[in-house]
Amino acid sequence: MIKSIIIAGFGGQGVMLMGKIIAESAMLDGLNVTWLPSYGPEMRGGTANCTVIVGDEPIGSPVVDVPDVVIAMNIPSMIKFEEMIKKDGIMILNSSVIDREPSRKDIKVYKIDANKIADTIGNPRVLNMVTLGAFAKVTGLVKLEMIGKALEETFAGKNKKLIDLNLEAVRHGMNSVS
Amino acid sequence: MKMLMKGTEAIAEAAIRAGCRLYFGYPITPQSELTEYMAKRMPEVNGVFLQSESEVATVNMLYGAACTGKRVMTSTSSPGFSLMQEGISYMAGAELPAVFINVMRGGPGLGDIQPSQSDYFQATKGGGHGDYRMIVLAPHTLQEAANIMGEAFDLAFKYRMLVTILVDGMIGQMMEPVELPEWKNIEEFKEPDWALTGAKDRKPRKVTSFDLDPYELEKMNLRYQATYKKVTENEVRYEEFKIADADIIVVAYGTMARIVKTVVDSARKEGIKVGLFRPITLWPFPYERLSEIAGNVKHILTVEMSYGQMLEDVKLGVNGKTDVEFYGRSAGVVPTPMEVLEAIKKIAR
Repeated sequence: MIKSIIIAGFGGQGVMLMGKIIAESAMLDGLNVTWLPSYGPEMRGGTANCTVIVGDEPIGSPVVDVPDVVIAMNIPSMIKFEEMIKKDGIMILNSSVIDREPSRKDIKVYKIDANKIADTIGNPRVLNMVTLGAFAKVTGLVKLEMIGKALEETFAGKNKKLIDLNLEAVRHGMNSVS
Repeated sequence: MKMLMKGTEAIAEAAIRAGCRLYFGYPITPQSELTEYMAKRMPEVNGVFLQSESEVATVNMLYGAACTGKRVMTSTSSPGFSLMQEGISYMAGAELPAVFINVMRGGPGLGDIQPSQSDYFQATKGGGHGDYRMIVLAPHTLQEAANIMGEAFDLAFKYRMLVTILVDGMIGQMMEPVELPEWKNIEEFKEPDWALTGAKDRKPRKVTSFDLDPYELEKMNLRYQATYKKVTENEVRYEEFKIADADIIVVAYGTMARIVKTVVDSARKEGIKVGLFRPITLWPFPYERLSEIAGNVKHILTVEMSYGQMLEDVKLGVNGKTDVEFYGRSAGVVPTPMEVLEAIKKIAR
């Protein structure tokens, strides 16, 4: 099994961190992973993305033409990556920002009101973790327990409240999809 | 324990574990995190981190430090590597061991910061002046990059040669789980008998790259050539991936080779028997082995993130035994698996 995920959005929406937590969680679960960022001359307000691959076989190419999953946090990202998704693949959309419908009919689409859910938790910045929770639930590729460990690893030395807040956001994200 | 690390960080930590305590560098994308990591880490291991005012200064700091017989290194990216070429030539002439990391980006000139493999000629054919060589290693995963650091220093000291680790921006910027190599005990390193460590109570030593008497300089050059011959006889490294029954062999190195591994599998699902031949030492290049396997296949396809640099070495190895085709993109554009598969299909037809 090898699964590829492209995560894209505005700079500041936390797409790179989302990818890193997915990769780290999968690694802690014993899977092979790669995380490849777009690292062009990105600017604030521009679109950034990263490609994460997880699998139980050795991973060759870290570059992907046909992703299994796309997480689009804004409209330009949806437009750019929608066409690439594998038939019967998954697209997760941040519906707080994306106010239009995708055109593909041969993929599964999940809409997450990520900004609104993050607001109800009390911190708008955790919208990426909300989306990550939804991703974990619909794909089954990463487990909550491992996400917790990955967050501890990533925020090592920081306030424990920060880890709890992020984990709570992940849980809310998981509960937001059925 | 495996850790999720950036390529630049894995290389830096592996170098320290391999006994490097002297790092000189100047930041440049896509490898600035390596310089940054060293800045933070060297003081913790009682090492020296020095940021120079330019790559020209860096290489000359390296030149001086290498004379002391310690494990020294720098890291840079394409334009910075160009600036270092004069010093590299001097160090090669002085038979000094040192490790250079070149995290290649698109060129020529200032170019861009995306992955590229267009410094192959510069690294393997000598970007500086004079009849010199440097050992060039090309890892294709982060784990291999971490593992190869110790070997790079060992080779540098075994042959008193410069070693370049040639990777691209993708290896520099991506993350992958890495099992870091064991620590080497620097107390156990023997001081080389040429090292300049102060001549108190012993005969002075001399490290130099020149002799104005051409017959004496020729003797030095013949000594270099004898070393290079030994290296070509003993240190060629390569990987063969599914080549036993292959009709088409793709030759690729570095991250391009790992992209090709994915393509080999997808081509085989479509019934095209493809294998990969991956040079790990770009110099010395595995000409002989390539020549052996070239006789058994219908086509050879070289794939690079350049417009055909390693291609020339592949042609020398194949030596007319079979077709040599090429596919490449450059300037920071990375060929995708599908593009490479299309190139293979075109040949298979």
